[in-house]
Amino acid sequence: MAELNAGGGAGHGKHEKKRAKKLSTRVDMTPLVDLAFLLLTFFVLTATFNKPKVMDLNFPYDKEDANDVKSEVRNGITLIASGNDKLYYYSGGLDKDPKLTEISYKADGLRKLLLERNAEVVSQIKALGEKAQKTKMADTTFKREVVKIQSFPDALVVLIKNDDKAVYKNIIDIVDELNITKVGRFVVVDELDPKEKLMLEQIKTNP
Amino acid sequence: MVDLAFLLVTFFMLTASFRQVEPVVIEAPSSIAEDLLPENVVQVTIDKDGRAFFGMSGFEVRKNTLRQIAEEFSLKLDEDHYQKFAGMNMFGVDTRQLPQYLMLSESERENLGSKGIPYDSTNNQLKTWIDLGRREAAKEYQRLKEEAKERNRPFKDDGLRYAIKADGKAPYDKVKAVIQIFKDLNIYRFNMITNVEEEPKI
Repeated sequence: MAELNAGGGAGHGKHEKKRAKKLSTRVDMTPLVDLAFLLLTFFVLTATFNKPKVMDLNFPYDKEDANDVKSEVRNGITLIASGNDKLYYYSGGLDKDPKLTEISYKADGLRKLLLERNAEVVSQIKALGEKAQKTKMADTTFKREVVKIQSFPDALVVLIKNDDKAVYKNIIDIVDELNITKVGRFVVVDELDPKEKLMLEQIKTNP
Repeated sequence: MVDLAFLLVTFFMLTASFRQVEPVVIEAPSSIAEDLLPENVVQVTIDKDGRAFFGMSGFEVRKNTLRQIAEEFSLKLDEDHYQKFAGMNMFGVDTRQLPQYLMLSESERENLGSKGIPYDSTNNQLKTWIDLGRREAAKEYQRLKEEAKERNRPFKDDGLRYAIKADGKAPYDKVKAVIQIFKDLNIYRFNMITNVEEEPKI
């Protein structure tokens, strides 16, 4: 394509001897190819990393009162996020005078706690995952089964609360940990109970 | 091979959508979520000081939304304003300043800065934007659906989603206030935009 065929090749005798030298007309394509691939790499990389990833998050209907659900929960934790990346939790319902405990956002804190409390669900989902690989289960079926396991009566239920000093990252971190530890039932609650406010005050003044 | 390389270059160049200059820098928190942001969204962005920005997808939808807004706030706009607005993916100024803001160049906008769209209870412009925006998006959705039906073409059903992109350092009560606006409009499901992080083994 890039070579030009100069000269007819039909010349004979005297004419040919007059020409100094037959120059090669092949163009060096290397820089062109280099450039093409550079551009290609650039566009490929920018194209794939362009689209942002999203985390699905549902909020409860305002009419639903989160405190109503609590009474029938067997295995529940309430997490309260506060300022300066502090996180507190208590188990069970408020009516049983639970104790507020501080916990860290790190893997040996929150994740460990959630894994312990949600151990049954985690192991069942793991077993399901192995089964799904063996039997080549459809993705949608797998997801449906996971939801079924997560809504099992003894599965962990988490309420996420905050006193208005928390930052957005705290809440997302908590939800992310819940996703990692396969907790299917959780809800972000806006208002703190007066009793919870009191407990927070106490633990902050006297840890 | 060279032909192929150039073919691919051309393909990626044409399909690539260039990232527009955003009025704020947002450092979103990271999560293990891997779902992609849907095509058809209304997006509210909240920066670390709690300022709110509004954006939505679709050239035509943006124009139509601005038309409704102009009526609501009795703004005087011409075709030039509409064109400028349609090409803008996100903005964060008081609606009354919008006509002036639209006529500025990109660098002038950057110098001016953004104060964010007001969303307190006395002056809830953000709510008006979201409400009118979703109405226009729904109209466009209906229009596309009918058009597809008329021409007997398959219709790709992606309904409107609501995305929230907030800075990790944004106070949660600001985010809560924005979510409350959505809740007041009977919207409870969100796509939170996060950075990707590897899922740890458990």
